[in-house]
Amino acid sequence: MAQSEIKDTDHVSDVEHEVTSTGLNHRKMLMWAFLGSDCMFFGALIATYLVYKGKSLSGPQPIDVFDIPVTSVSTFVLLMSSMSMVLAYSALTKNNMKVFRIWMISTAIKGATFVGFQVYEFASFSKHHVHVECNESHEMTTFETEVFEAECKPGIDSFSGEYGLKPQTNLFGTTFYTLTGLHGAHVTLGVVWLLSLLLLSFKKGVITKEKNVDIDLAALYWHFVDVVWIVIFTVVYLFGVFPFS
Amino acid sequence: MTLFPIQISIPSIPRPVKPTGLWSWLTTIDHKRIGILYGVTAFILFLSGGIEATLMRLQLSGPELDLVSAEVYNQLFTMHGTTMIFLAIMPMGAAFFNFIIPLQIGARDVAFPRLNAFSYWTFLAGAIMLKLSWIGGATNAGWFGYAPLTSVSQNPGTGIDFWIISLQILGVASLAAAFNFIVTIINMRAPGMHMMRLPVFIWMSFITAILLVLAFPVITVALIELTLDRYYDFNFFNVANGGSVVLWQHLFWVFGHPEVYILILPAMGIVSEVLPVFSRKPLFGYSTIVLAGAIIAFMGWMVWSHHMFTVGLGPAANAIFTITTMLIAVPTGIKVFNWLATIWGGSIKLNTPMLFSLGFIAMFLIGGISGVMHAVSASDAQQQDTYFIPAHIHYAVFGGAIMALMSGVHYWFQKTTGKMFGEILGKFHFWTLMLGQNLTFFPMHFVGLEGMPRRIYTYAEGMGWDLWNGVSTFGVFILIISFLAFMLNVIKSWKSGPIAPADPWDARTLEWSIPSPAPEYNFSEIPQVKALDDWWVTKQENPDIEVPDALENHSIHLPQPSYWPFVTALGILIAAYGVVFNDLLVPYLIAGIGTLVTFIGVYSWSLEPVNDPDEHTSH
Repeated sequence: MAQSEIKDTDHVSDVEHEVTSTGLNHRKMLMWAFLGSDCMFFGALIATYLVYKGKSLSGPQPIDVFDIPVTSVSTFVLLMSSMSMVLAYSALTKNNMKVFRIWMISTAIKGATFVGFQVYEFASFSKHHVHVECNESHEMTTFETEVFEAECKPGIDSFSGEYGLKPQTNLFGTTFYTLTGLHGAHVTLGVVWLLSLLLLSFKKGVITKEKNVDIDLAALYWHFVDVVWIVIFTVVYLFGVFPFS
Repeated sequence: MTLFPIQISIPSIPRPVKPTGLWSWLTTIDHKRIGILYGVTAFILFLSGGIEATLMRLQLSGPELDLVSAEVYNQLFTMHGTTMIFLAIMPMGAAFFNFIIPLQIGARDVAFPRLNAFSYWTFLAGAIMLKLSWIGGATNAGWFGYAPLTSVSQNPGTGIDFWIISLQILGVASLAAAFNFIVTIINMRAPGMHMMRLPVFIWMSFITAILLVLAFPVITVALIELTLDRYYDFNFFNVANGGSVVLWQHLFWVFGHPEVYILILPAMGIVSEVLPVFSRKPLFGYSTIVLAGAIIAFMGWMVWSHHMFTVGLGPAANAIFTITTMLIAVPTGIKVFNWLATIWGGSIKLNTPMLFSLGFIAMFLIGGISGVMHAVSASDAQQQDTYFIPAHIHYAVFGGAIMALMSGVHYWFQKTTGKMFGEILGKFHFWTLMLGQNLTFFPMHFVGLEGMPRRIYTYAEGMGWDLWNGVSTFGVFILIISFLAFMLNVIKSWKSGPIAPADPWDARTLEWSIPSPAPEYNFSEIPQVKALDDWWVTKQENPDIEVPDALENHSIHLPQPSYWPFVTALGILIAAYGVVFNDLLVPYLIAGIGTLVTFIGVYSWSLEPVNDPDEHTSH
């Protein structure tokens, strides 16, 4: 049987540059498989959201609570974080550790900013207030929901009512918080990962121009989470306020 | 010059050096040992599922018996289904993936040995979680956990919570294993082993892994939604707030139907290995079998609603899913014909592995045909929720998957242990298994068509179901004898069986070109593959070739043992136990401790040195 001479290090994992059948790195292939799996994860969540879209029996609807300009800003921040991730990786491959670290921190800060926006958004949605005006026959003029009907009493011209969206409020709350919350969890995990790698890069020889797979993997993950947000922003936020669905 | 003039040193614990005894098993990352762990654990859990089934059969052996209460009966069938699917057949498949894949593709281990160990320990954690639920009332909503049976108002106990958490943990285990095997199969093939030279078992494992990767996230999402409903009053399956219980069914079966193929494709792979060896002919239509497997996996995503024909999805949906379900029988049929053509004209040796594979074809065919019967939605309306369905799934999963897995055990036992497997007890096991399963499951067709509903804990006299239920229960005892014989055979053969030669079956694939039992390093030299069934071709070209003995001392560099996969899985188990009892302070603390242990495990794992620094084997 013809057999080939092999080196000791062949077919042993944990080694950065192992010989593989395809020439592709093991861990990178695993990451792609994981992202495929994560596609199904978000696919199932988005499917749930769409199945229940417009099916809420009561409570605030997307158009009542969404603040598109604010979310656009956080979306922009997240998209820019993908760019700084690319710049970080690029700096690493040019062996410029200083610039690499700057962009890594920048990416993590942008990710954290996005999560911060989300926390703010969740808090403000859950305490959403509406200003309601009453007319002379004690009916509401500016807000047509029946939630506050009893509040328009003689002597009250207008009042501010709480019309918050909590996960328990209706199907929109349930599906919205679950979908965006789990995306936020992905971003948070990404931030922890980036910061861990940043810390690790101070250890000599762990992350170098040649040993860049760790950064490559984190970048893949980061871009994926970013792409998922583009879908969520479009399907949940934009389709939620524009009346064509 | 640096912006951050710091040099930190992160402490890392060195890897265990040559552990012995229990430590060697806890820290092992050798795919063969992990395979054995998977196999033994899964078999024990298979027995526990069998005990649950036996209790149910005893309860149903005659009308109006009260061996178990209705409540316990509900727990029994739920635990039986969940155990057999997630804790027995899937991990038995995983045992073969672990043991066989690197050997058949000419590799020294899997791509991620530590992740592989993690898969096993996490699987064990999930199994422990599920079985723990018997304390204080197990889950009782069926293995499919239909809403609203799983809601807090219907089911306030912790049984459902244990079930949810254990399935989530098992999902992590399965996903980690699936990622690992996908990368191993694509990336660690020996030189010359093109994809179309892979043994069929490898192909089927590969397709199964892809199905796992895509199917498990869906059940993960469904279970997350259910958890949020139960713990925090979300509205996913809360009808009062507009939620839909049918959504659960869709999510569950989008996962659940590919899951059926996850159970059966490895079995088909094993049979495709065994039949050519014992027919002494090449597998008929290799590429067709591979392609049929891929088509089954693809179409497996288009048939889920045939589990929901009686929900009322409407005639259009029912018609479409009837057609797709009947179509998916075609690639399965192609495989059966390929197997028959493989045997046709061969010089057949009826050793135990071959007997089990032939038994598989016969039993799986019966299960397949009854499957096509309820593929017709009109006919399914008569069969839904009757004993006809358990008859079908047991022919597919017991007569199918278990028979094929037994075939694999008899086929590869020599490579695992280095001992020959007893043929006489093996044949006794086979014939009693055939007799027992047909006595147990075939009468279920009759009582099913006579209208006996499934999942009832007893039935009235005079329904005409007494005789066949009695026969079913009698069959169980033959099955028990059969598996006792199997266990006896394993113990006897392992301890005192005759020494097995390297290639006892005159087989075709690479694992038989190395000594038995497979040495730690698998291949002293990585083989150069020239053809499909390379070992067979090599033997034809060079009839005098001999397999060299295992090396006593070798300098082959192997991945070293590690503590962290075990520690990480242990952390997950502790955390999960805390999460189940989420409304008290102490469980929160337990969950916190578990999470901490998990984090320590993950970080230590990722920072673990590649090699022991004292050793000079590193490059």
